[in-house]
Amino acid sequence: MKFHWFHLMPWPYLPDDFQQKHRSVWVDVDYGLFDPVRGHHVYNEYLDELEFAEKCGFDGICCNEHHSNAYGLMPSPNLIAAALARRTERAALVVLGNSIALYNPPIRVAEEFAMLDILSGGRLVAGFPVGTSMDTNFAYGVTPATLRERYYEAHDLILQCWTRKDTFHFNGKYTQVRYVNPWPRPLQQPHPPIWIPGGGSIETWEWCADRGYLYCYLSYFGYIRGKAVMDNFWRRVEELGGDDNPYRAGFLQLVCVAESDAEAERLYAEHVSYFYNRCLHVYSGFADAPGYRTLKTVRAGIRAQVGAAASAIRQNLTWKDFVEQGYVVAGSPDSVAEQMEEVIKGLRVGHLMCLMQIGNMPKEKVLYNTKLFAEKVMPKLRSLWSEYEDRWFIKPLPPEQRARVGDIREPAAAG
Amino acid sequence: MPVEPITISIRGGMFQPRVYRVGRGEPLLWLHGAGGMAQGFTPDLEALAQHYDVIAPVHPGWDDTPGLEHLDDIHDLVVYYQDFCDALGLRSFFLAGHSLGGCFAAELAAARPDMVRKLVLVAPVGLWMDETPVTDLFVLLPQELPSYLVADPAHPSPAVAQLFRPPASEEEMAERLYQQIANFAAAGKFMWPIPDKGLKKRIHRIAAPTLILWGAADRLVPPAYGELFHRLIPTSQLRIIEGAGHLLPLEKTDEYVREVVDFLG
Repeated sequence: MKFHWFHLMPWPYLPDDFQQKHRSVWVDVDYGLFDPVRGHHVYNEYLDELEFAEKCGFDGICCNEHHSNAYGLMPSPNLIAAALARRTERAALVVLGNSIALYNPPIRVAEEFAMLDILSGGRLVAGFPVGTSMDTNFAYGVTPATLRERYYEAHDLILQCWTRKDTFHFNGKYTQVRYVNPWPRPLQQPHPPIWIPGGGSIETWEWCADRGYLYCYLSYFGYIRGKAVMDNFWRRVEELGGDDNPYRAGFLQLVCVAESDAEAERLYAEHVSYFYNRCLHVYSGFADAPGYRTLKTVRAGIRAQVGAAASAIRQNLTWKDFVEQGYVVAGSPDSVAEQMEEVIKGLRVGHLMCLMQIGNMPKEKVLYNTKLFAEKVMPKLRSLWSEYEDRWFIKPLPPEQRARVGDIREPAAAG
Repeated sequence: MPVEPITISIRGGMFQPRVYRVGRGEPLLWLHGAGGMAQGFTPDLEALAQHYDVIAPVHPGWDDTPGLEHLDDIHDLVVYYQDFCDALGLRSFFLAGHSLGGCFAAELAAARPDMVRKLVLVAPVGLWMDETPVTDLFVLLPQELPSYLVADPAHPSPAVAQLFRPPASEEEMAERLYQQIANFAAAGKFMWPIPDKGLKKRIHRIAAPTLILWGAADRLVPPAYGELFHRLIPTSQLRIIEGAGHLLPLEKTDEYVREVVDFLG
């Protein structure tokens, strides 16, 4: 069983009345709420936390891409991964990922990921999200009805960039390049593991199952709600004749560990509330541009969008609700281990992305949460799925072939 | 009596638009806006059919019709409408369009000035002024739509009341929401993220006498755009209708039809 430590890099200074005074945390969120000097500290503390997670024994450290988003300060996750590449040496750099439909030519993504893979000695996990509607359609202006077609085309081009050794041409609908020959191409062969993060769209996990890529369901709503999507994913894998290796699948889960259940509430409740009530306060006009989902998916989900069903979701939930409904796995190490086993087995996932910096959680609590999980929870769950081979993970260079990072000697005097 | 559309086949079935066709007289090709033709042959079209052979096709991709995947941009759409006219044997006709359909009509009139005898543009999109942005239709919540689309939602005309009638059931509500998402997804291909796809580089080719109609209370596409279209089409006249919004043909049907008939003759 593998555990990864996921950072969203939220802006932790949204005001108490954010929900009342602002319509959205995303797209048109007021830039007056940001402060670059505080931002300097925020970024550096967040990088410290990711580096700490490696030291504690997490298998991967994860970053992702959002635009015009006050809960995700990583418009370029590759910059974060580059900073981490030099300051870490073991953990996978899980970039979840680059929204490949946004870059023209997408060769840029092939190149940057290759650089990260080589710089880190083969530790890159390459995530290819379609990207949310807020990021792609609203903040980056991509026509919704063309987004998926762009995505598939970009994927094909990047794969060719990584696997072909010749200089070739690419005559796509959205990208035409006469001479494709990226320098460098990746270290891991035939290419870094490809993970597809998704928010539950049918077409995303179907495509993922079709291609044999790892599907990583990034839900903020916990394992109880996540089960329907993961069950469908596994059904699709089975239909396609794939094995039931749990390492095909990943899941994001909010995790809060403390000495006792009561202590967990005392320490973390305010940050969980900040996350759900401020970070996820998205104007519904931005949530799902017409054409972002295929009509098939819209048709399948349309009944849930109207009437009583639509208004019942996530209203005035308390800490108790968040924990009982599985949005957050929280409590003492024993209690968390027990719930985590349910998550892992229930969803059949071999890769768990733990979100342990939540909302405005300060660094001391983040380190405490992380350390306690690594020391008292992880060991109880490590052996799960040990009978399966993880074919979806990094293949780094062996230690004897690795560069000595930061090895600077005084230069000999000239002359 | 409701008007039933016929389905025709274009380019070997690549496109199968539904076409409403009623009336006798000179042919008048009518191009609908982003909302589609789900309301069928509305009272404004019925009134025009008293004077003309009204041909109102559903654009590919709207109202569950196929073919949108073959149209990547406005150029493809203009070529498509030339194929459409060939299929119907339309060589010379009156052309009218509303909103996004007005943009399509202006583009077709610019591309084929030889085919269009007279042009009517009803609150068209297709031009852009930074200081007066067109409202972003795509972020409006369903309950907000009426206040942007009509001048006086509290006192709707019968046609507007019919358009915004409360759904009879949750099923109908879901079906209408689905149709709106599907139609707006199609519209996005020609409007996203800003409805300015180069008409300004082609509009000078419009040669037909042109009537530009605008609701004085249009909150979706401000009437300032009427002035701009008027300035860029030397053969045009602009009429602003008081008490009407963006859905002018449904809001002030009598006045609207009178203007069109006076102009087309």
